[in-house]
Amino acid sequence: MSGKRPEHIAPPDIFYNEAEAKKYAYNSRMITIQTKMSERAIELLNLPNHPCHILDIGCGSGLSGEVLSEQGHTWVGLDISRAMLGVAIEREVMGDLVYSDAGDGLMFRPGSFDACISISAIQWLCNADKRSHVPQKRLKVFFNSLYKCLTKGARAVLQFYPENPAQVSMITTAAMRAGFRGGLVVDFPNSTKAKKYFLCLFAGETSDKLVMPEPLAAKAMDEEELKSASGAIDQKTGQSQDTILFGGRSKEKRKRIKGKKGKRLPVKSRQWILRKKESARKAGKKTYEDSKYTARRRRPRF
Amino acid sequence: MRLLTHNMLINPMQKFEGAYPLKLIPKKITKEEVKYNPLFVVHLLPKLNYPALLYAASTVGLKDLPKELPKKIDPTEHDELLKMLHHVLLEVHVEEGLLVCPKSEREFPIKQGIPNMRLNEDEV
Repeated sequence: MSGKRPEHIAPPDIFYNEAEAKKYAYNSRMITIQTKMSERAIELLNLPNHPCHILDIGCGSGLSGEVLSEQGHTWVGLDISRAMLGVAIEREVMGDLVYSDAGDGLMFRPGSFDACISISAIQWLCNADKRSHVPQKRLKVFFNSLYKCLTKGARAVLQFYPENPAQVSMITTAAMRAGFRGGLVVDFPNSTKAKKYFLCLFAGETSDKLVMPEPLAAKAMDEEELKSASGAIDQKTGQSQDTILFGGRSKEKRKRIKGKKGKRLPVKSRQWILRKKESARKAGKKTYEDSKYTARRRRPRF
Repeated sequence: MRLLTHNMLINPMQKFEGAYPLKLIPKKITKEEVKYNPLFVVHLLPKLNYPALLYAASTVGLKDLPKELPKKIDPTEHDELLKMLHHVLLEVHVEEGLLVCPKSEREFPIKQGIPNMRLNEDEV
């Protein structure tokens, strides 16, 4: 994959222009991926059986919101791109939409929402798009305001695409400092393509031990899904690498001594002996100097 | 933008945290039916600031709500009231209008039902 990360191309309100927004409306692959991630995030939210009022950060075209609506919840979505919100309006999503920048802080009273969901959005907060932006501060403001506007005991599940471990650390630190408990759930950690990060947060103060949800592992998928999702396929056998074979490794073959033109030298010939001594010297072994007597034919008594 | 959302909105600027509720100046309103779920309305009630809801409802011309909510709401007993609340909270949309911060008088326009709450660089 040669594509640049979107965050390195332009700020989100510019990157998600009309053309990009159209993909979220019409590209079936895009829609499938986003829907799957939304369903997984909702699963991780572990919502009660009755309708809840949920906040969707970076709701975009309303894909994740529609999954929420399907399950009977009401929601309010925030996004920084007018084009994406335009697509959401066209698709007549049921949630209310707000045009804003999550890094400026949320704009809701304390205890407004029962839960929060975010799909593929918060990594944008890690990049400074303006001179005035300090990513750590924006993350701090975001998580502090998120903690406030959730009810006590509410959960937030934020799926994101970190560029590197430093970003993961920046995000999780900001969340913990805001008062959230919880942690990172990484689905399919051994696959570069299928790997998904979900930050699962809990806003509350209970003495109960917080039980983290189980991440998805390769075995849970069937053969077909695994081949297309994992991307790690052994070139020789064509089998997908969900397991690592550790038996039958071939020993490192010793390099044969070769002369000019790569031809194998006859064993014990002068050339062969000289090259052997040379490789011994390179290996740091104690070797006698070469002389006219090196590799001289000795009498049969040897 | 529904009145349920207006009931929760505050000025995103940290300076004006206590500024609530935002003044609502609707210019265009639409109404869209939403499936009535009495239990959900009951679930929403503790989250609401009722005086703010009364204010918002009056700006869009709905003045039939009682001045105070009964202490204990029962879905069967207060069915009429819950239906009215359902309508006010979930079925009325402000398509065009203005939200104004009561402290700073900063205006947040509403277009196509979406309030623009993006802050300028100097406001962050």
